[in-house]
Amino acid sequence: MVRVDGSGNSQSLICVRGLNKTYSRGGEKIQVLQGLNLDVDKGDFVAFMGPSGSGKTTLLNLLGGLDVPSAGSITVDGDEITHMSGSKLTQWRARHVGFIFQMYNLIPVLTAYQNVELPLLLTKLSGSDRRKHVETALAVVGLGDRMHHYPRQLSGGQEQRVTIARAIVSDPTFLLCDEPTGDLDRKSADEIMALIEELVGKYGKTVLMVTHDPVVAARAHTTLHLEKGVLVEGKASRQSVLAGGAA
Amino acid sequence: MAIPIVYNLRSVRARWTSAIVAVVGIAGTVGVFVAMLSLANGFRATLVSSGSPDNALIVRGGATSEMTSGVALDAVKIIQDAPGIARGPSGPLVTAEAVLMAPIPLRSTGTDANVEVRGVSPNVLEIRKGVRIIEGRMFSPGLAEVVVGKNANTTYSGLTLGNTIGLGTVQWKVVGVFDAGGSSFDSEVWGDPHLLTAAYNRPDTFFQSVTAHLTSRESLTQLREALTSDPRLNVDVLREIDYYAKQSTRMTTLITRLGGFVAFVMAIGAVFGALNTMYSAVADRGKEIATMRALGFGGPSVVFSFLLEALLISFVGGLLGCLAVLRLNGITTSTINFQTFSNLAFAFRITPGLLAEGIVFALVMGVLGGLFPAVRAAGLPVATALREL
Repeated sequence: MVRVDGSGNSQSLICVRGLNKTYSRGGEKIQVLQGLNLDVDKGDFVAFMGPSGSGKTTLLNLLGGLDVPSAGSITVDGDEITHMSGSKLTQWRARHVGFIFQMYNLIPVLTAYQNVELPLLLTKLSGSDRRKHVETALAVVGLGDRMHHYPRQLSGGQEQRVTIARAIVSDPTFLLCDEPTGDLDRKSADEIMALIEELVGKYGKTVLMVTHDPVVAARAHTTLHLEKGVLVEGKASRQSVLAGGAA
Repeated sequence: MAIPIVYNLRSVRARWTSAIVAVVGIAGTVGVFVAMLSLANGFRATLVSSGSPDNALIVRGGATSEMTSGVALDAVKIIQDAPGIARGPSGPLVTAEAVLMAPIPLRSTGTDANVEVRGVSPNVLEIRKGVRIIEGRMFSPGLAEVVVGKNANTTYSGLTLGNTIGLGTVQWKVVGVFDAGGSSFDSEVWGDPHLLTAAYNRPDTFFQSVTAHLTSRESLTQLREALTSDPRLNVDVLREIDYYAKQSTRMTTLITRLGGFVAFVMAIGAVFGALNTMYSAVADRGKEIATMRALGFGGPSVVFSFLLEALLISFVGGLLGCLAVLRLNGITTSTINFQTFSNLAFAFRITPGLLAEGIVFALVMGVLGGLFPAVRAAGLPVATALREL
């Protein structure tokens, strides 16, 4: 279950409290997130929506340990990540987060197999175990026959599948998707969303996704809107934004 | 585990036009570095190989070279009877030598160059065992005949077998060519010391040095003690190989310093080339680096990866530089020997050790050119770089 009012309990997989993020730009301070609360349970599929500049990607970066908040706390599976050192946070990311990017972010000089294997190089798995994991991940996304292709030899949809395989290969605690269908046509987008739904439904993955597309967002269990630095459930309205901000 | 090396190999291959700037710069620098050192190496080897550890060289006390030395005939006779000197069928294995300079035109330019003309005893080949006649025969004592070293034979006009050449006031016939194993003697002309000194109006009772073949290598100490403690003599006794090694230091130091300076200046350019290549690699691959960081690769892994890439590029540059100059190995050139003011032919001498030094030099340039870009790569803000197009 997903809550944004700070009423979640300690059983939540992801627990965000009073999250603030402020940027300085040209001497001016811009507050992107303002006391944001969020609780996500294991197996939830959450979509974040909101206008450009509302802080969706900032929130995703903070949840993924790629950025640090100005104030507040983020606790994932009992670990508070907001006070971790840079190197601890890097290790934490490797173990707990799977990233799926809008532009795929595959390494162009590595094959699909090698791209998917990257996160496993940070584990203690043997070469043969790594191979089994990579082959399984690529099979799950339906690219078992494309593992030795380079990204340039794949379509956009196939590239995104490789990215998903890379995200799930190390069995992370949760997946963060930043506009996973933003660069795809409708058909490919549907296929990718079906795959993400399968990861949630069949494999019990927890997925947090940023999207501009209401059709895509509708496939999540819960859609949260980010406006003026806070999250509100369902369709955003001025009143609900104010209510969320007060919480 | 570190970022896989295949990433660096393929990245270099994918951006070869950028990498080639660094490779060429480093190859050129290493080439000059190795060539200069091989010159110094060749010069040193030529002089050092002139000396034998089994021979002692006796010069005037305090003399820095044969040219500033003088040993009178009566001193030579005392030396011949000293302990520690080997004896042959014709008596003690001692050659009292007169060293002179003769201007002889170079074949290449036609201009005169100073050639060292050495008056040697008839038994010199028993003392200098590395020297052998390869054409013609040895000169006959008492006759106006000379034998010439193989480099002198090919470098100077008129020093061909059967030819006659004017040295001092006498015309001399070239009756033989000798091979001194690539030593400085190969650039010399040898003849009868008494006739040579007479041809140059010098007293024939005065020599520049005495070389003696020792009964054993250890007997040098005995010979030195005997000669330096003799009140009738004022001489220094050196192992011949040490004397020639010392003779080479001035020129090799000059070549090494000059070469080092040139290589250093070129290295600055090459390091900037490598810096440029690596900074552009970091700039081009900001998103890839950020992705690696997001996946969990730490800053040190990124530094190591980019440093490794710089080392790969510099290694290839170093290897190409070494291969390019390898063909110089054995090519003979000549220069003035500052100790004797004579022209000395010597060959570029490229050894495995020198090539290893060239590769190490290239890797040092790689580290200097790669470290700062690598640190910058590791410090890229991940969240920002991930959003680059």
